[in-house]
Amino acid sequence: MDTVVNQTENQFFSSKKNVSETKGKFFIGITQLAVILIIAILFIILGIIVYQGRTKFSWEFISSFPTNGMTEGGIFPALIGTFILVIVMSIAAVPFGTITALYLTEYAGENSKFAAAVRFSVRTLAVVPSIIFGLFGLGFFIQFIGAGADTVLNDGQLRWGQPNILWASLTMSLLTLPVIIVSVEEALKTIPREMREASLALGATKWQTIRKVILPESVSGIMTGTILAVSRGAGEVAPILFTGAAYYLATLPGSLSDQFMNLGYHIYIMSTQSSDVEKTMPIQFATTLVLLILTLSLNVVAVIIRARIRRKAK
Amino acid sequence: MNSPSQLSPKTTTFTEESLKKQFRISEFLAEKIISSVAFLSIAFIFLIFIFVFKESLPLFNSESGSKEKTEASVITANKPETYGTASEELKPESYGTEPEAELKPETYGTESVSNEELKPESYGDTPKEDLSVSPSEETTEVVSQNQEGADKTWSTFFTTEWVPVSDNPRFGLLGLLIGTLKVTIIAMLIAGPLAVLAALYTSCFASKRVKEIIKPIIEMLAAFPSVVIGFFALMVLASFFQDVFGYDSRLNAFIGGIAMALAAIPIIYTISEDALAAVPKTYTEASLALGASKWQTAFFVVLPAATPGIFAALLLGVGRVFGETMIALMATGNAALVSANPFESVRTFAATIGSEMAETVFGETHYSVLFFIGSLLFIFSFALNAVAEFYVKGKLLKKFQGK
Repeated sequence: MDTVVNQTENQFFSSKKNVSETKGKFFIGITQLAVILIIAILFIILGIIVYQGRTKFSWEFISSFPTNGMTEGGIFPALIGTFILVIVMSIAAVPFGTITALYLTEYAGENSKFAAAVRFSVRTLAVVPSIIFGLFGLGFFIQFIGAGADTVLNDGQLRWGQPNILWASLTMSLLTLPVIIVSVEEALKTIPREMREASLALGATKWQTIRKVILPESVSGIMTGTILAVSRGAGEVAPILFTGAAYYLATLPGSLSDQFMNLGYHIYIMSTQSSDVEKTMPIQFATTLVLLILTLSLNVVAVIIRARIRRKAK
Repeated sequence: MNSPSQLSPKTTTFTEESLKKQFRISEFLAEKIISSVAFLSIAFIFLIFIFVFKESLPLFNSESGSKEKTEASVITANKPETYGTASEELKPESYGTEPEAELKPETYGTESVSNEELKPESYGDTPKEDLSVSPSEETTEVVSQNQEGADKTWSTFFTTEWVPVSDNPRFGLLGLLIGTLKVTIIAMLIAGPLAVLAALYTSCFASKRVKEIIKPIIEMLAAFPSVVIGFFALMVLASFFQDVFGYDSRLNAFIGGIAMALAAIPIIYTISEDALAAVPKTYTEASLALGASKWQTAFFVVLPAATPGIFAALLLGVGRVFGETMIALMATGNAALVSANPFESVRTFAATIGSEMAETVFGETHYSVLFFIGSLLFIFSFALNAVAEFYVKGKLLKKFQGK
């Protein structure tokens, strides 16, 4: 800076600008570095899992039962268990989430305190740790509803008052509810006002408008929400730790009151509580690969559908 | 609701009101059903709190609580005895050769087994005389122990020892709290700057095309299930960092912190990016017009303006890390050690619930304590969310509307 003082005004400004520019480059560089680092980590994780998992990954691996004390064989029951879980979960969560989103966009007044409370609850549901949902499932579904159902329906015989696939799915549906509500709400907001007004002007009532105009228009939004929810539900483990996931089952679940195996839980069990962690390493990586393919591909589909909705709205 | 049912179509004079809206039962029902379903999501928040908290109530209600506990312990006291002390080799002998009760002591006598160890056997296949005597003795002992334990439960909360399963159970939450905080701090030190800087780049420096590529990719990180991140940390990161730093315990707070940072980055990134994008264009334009360069505008105008939103993002990130279970279970080592060293194993609240819940018995003190931890976690995340929401709303509105 000392040399700068002797220079003419013009030069003074330009050289100050130079200092500022190098500083600027440095700061911009830091932010760039952060982006690159995050993306690099993401691809490193992906790469390592794909690389380590590819040896074991095959159709046979997906379609066969674990054998020899889970040290060999495939992951078929875990995959099926995960499918049943997300299907039951969607059946419970999608109508629920869609209706709540309908309320928030179609019925709630702009300054409605009630709608604000609903919104706040939905956001809270989204940030409550997943393990709390597990506790809730245990306390509410299993020990309150399940045990109650047993005393009323089964003369106290234990059938519903224990961890099973139904309670796990319902617990999971609570967890994924915010995902669905947010996506459907976003889709509903992109439906132009004119469509509603046109329908109402033609004499349709509000409910008719919703049923005949709004809902058909928001199908893709509901789909996005469902897909994202399924992707989330397939990957979460904490809520099902003690609401229904089983270590190992020789048969597929036959009814909703059975326990089930689950991909994520399988990974957790195999990597922390297996008898021989080293030996089953390829199985673990392959299972992780399957789970990752499942969740990521679902997510990509959802992102594509969502982008299409947004483009349409423009 | 606001439909004037008293003004039915029968009235001959059509007022403006009556033309506006007619009462239709289907409309009414649809609205009511839809809003009551919406109400359920509020109800769930209360239900979650009530049912998680309800199971921890025995801790607060010492009298009825200790009764429940003693009942539970009577049941449980028998079970562990049979499972625990009866060694497997002894059982088949008694079953096979001498099914009669009187002969038993002889069989065991040769192996010099004490009376205590015999009792479990009698549980299985001896006449009722033995049963009635021995277990009752046992249970009274355990009950008295347990009552003492129940009274002690509260006092042990503020110690650092977490020994839930023993004759003298200690539930020192302090050790768990320190472990959780340690992991959270490490995770946030990594995730916070990374995610905020990345968000700043995305919203201020990146061209539109680059932005459209970066954003979905980073948000894709949110689609990684936490069990996958935990698995990656356990299998890859743990070994890698042990080679680099050469510390003793392979799984520790540092590894857990890094893995949780990966889980927190997408949340912090997305919300900060939204906050940065919400800063009015006029701010940027004014700054640029005054001769500030792009980076000066970004760091000294846009970033400060978005502070409330970024603060909210960080809070939600903390909430995510604080309650993260699977990563904590898999990557932190799960030992409740109290030390400032980041390379020591820790045990977090969430991981404790996750790993021990399946082994507890309904109604036990341990069970209640785990639910109590659960309600603490719930209250904490609820409070974080509330602060994030209201603080941000208040601040941002004031700032941008110039109130």
